[in-house]
Amino acid sequence: MIQYLFFALSALTIISALYVVFSRNPMHSVLSLIVCFFTVAGHYILLNAQFLAIVHIIVYAGAIMVLFLFTVMLLNLNRETEPHKTNWVKIAAVIAAGMLFLTLIASLKMAGLGTYSLPHKSNIGFIQDIGVKLFTDFMLPFEISTILFMSAMIGAVLLAKKEK
Amino acid sequence: MDLSILIEKSVLVVILFSVSLAVAAYSTYAERKIAAFLQDRYGPDRAGPWGLLQPLADGGKMFFKEEIIPNASDKFLFILGPCIFMTTALMTSAAIPWGKSLHLFGRDISLQVANLNIGILYIFAIVSIGVYGIMIGGWASNNKFALLGAIRASSQMISYELAMGMAIIALLLTSNSLSIRDIVDQQAGFHWNVFYQPLGFIIFLVCAFAECNRTPFDLPETETELVGGYHTEYSSMKLGLYLFAEYTNMFISSAVISCLYFGGYHFPFIDSLNLPQNVAAIISVFVLFAKVCFFIFFFMWIRWTLPRFRYDQLMRLGWQMLLPLAIVNVLITGAWLTYFK
Repeated sequence: MIQYLFFALSALTIISALYVVFSRNPMHSVLSLIVCFFTVAGHYILLNAQFLAIVHIIVYAGAIMVLFLFTVMLLNLNRETEPHKTNWVKIAAVIAAGMLFLTLIASLKMAGLGTYSLPHKSNIGFIQDIGVKLFTDFMLPFEISTILFMSAMIGAVLLAKKEK
Repeated sequence: MDLSILIEKSVLVVILFSVSLAVAAYSTYAERKIAAFLQDRYGPDRAGPWGLLQPLADGGKMFFKEEIIPNASDKFLFILGPCIFMTTALMTSAAIPWGKSLHLFGRDISLQVANLNIGILYIFAIVSIGVYGIMIGGWASNNKFALLGAIRASSQMISYELAMGMAIIALLLTSNSLSIRDIVDQQAGFHWNVFYQPLGFIIFLVCAFAECNRTPFDLPETETELVGGYHTEYSSMKLGLYLFAEYTNMFISSAVISCLYFGGYHFPFIDSLNLPQNVAAIISVFVLFAKVCFFIFFFMWIRWTLPRFRYDQLMRLGWQMLLPLAIVNVLITGAWLTYFK
């Protein structure tokens, strides 16, 4: 059953992710990106990582995407005001994206995809285990990333502050 | 999966679903009666004895009203908005423990749909999804007032979520668990968290008012400046869903407040009565509902007592007062736990 669930979720993830790119309406793109985040959270739950799943929803779907929606709503982008790119930019974009695609395929090929199996009895996604790991094995990276967040927050406040 | 567990949980979900809807329906009646009482009027008294059938009459009216979808709206999103808002309002009840476990058919039946070990975070996640219902509805209406209302609602909700989360962190420091059932069971015997976290409780309560878009924080639907706010263009049952979901949210947040700070289904001296398990379980459900009803009354009492804030006052309160207070509360709790325990 879990396997079917996994395939259904994966299909939904890929379809919603494709719709983000192909939709002409930015509002619909943002909404299907939210759907995509939800399905990724579903994958976390399948991996027995409830805490990660919920935090993923709170942070990405609940906070970041709300800001995206704000921006799209306030800019009111639609087909008439869509900025038109020159052909050179389009060609450059296609080449760059193609190269990224090539790199991805190459790396996936190197990874050697085996048969699919679920790591069932892993409790690494539970909040106690994550907490212990973060404050013992990964203490330094954790603290450094908090400094990064702190500086980003201060930077945002400074940018938002009006010039006196 | 065990079939009996599946049946047990489905029955529980259906009961919860109908109880939430019934409570929401009668909250509208209670709101009008309490408003009438506070303003020295009678309130609705035409439909049935004391107007008790008023919610049914209102519901019937909502269903049979003409349904108008504006031509310039995004039709799919216009319909999706109220659906999301109502669904998320109903989903939160899954993580709340409604009573002690019953003993039926030779097995213990827990009166909680899912005892998640991250129950509080689950509720937070669902609440933060609820914002989309308002935002999508307000944007899809293609109406300036609706858009302004939606932006107000969502910025208010994400601002107050921060202070609310900080208030919860102080609570979690003392309880050492994210599961709501654990938190409730730790408060057995009058060790209610409100006595240990009074500041956290006040912050949480204020934020709950703001999250539910209730007066004095009902800026998203100020009729004096925004017509009807985010639901200006809605009619018929879609409007009904928005209004209804607001009452469901109120019910759920009252339940969360009771569980986190007022001992949930516990009341003092219940253990000294030595009741049989099932009787104790049923009493515990009623105790929780009594607490919930008190908080619903409190929500309404505030609504008909206080005038609404200005929008800049609301933002200042959220960011410059409640958030720092909540952080100070976390620091005090942490220091207390480190040095005195």
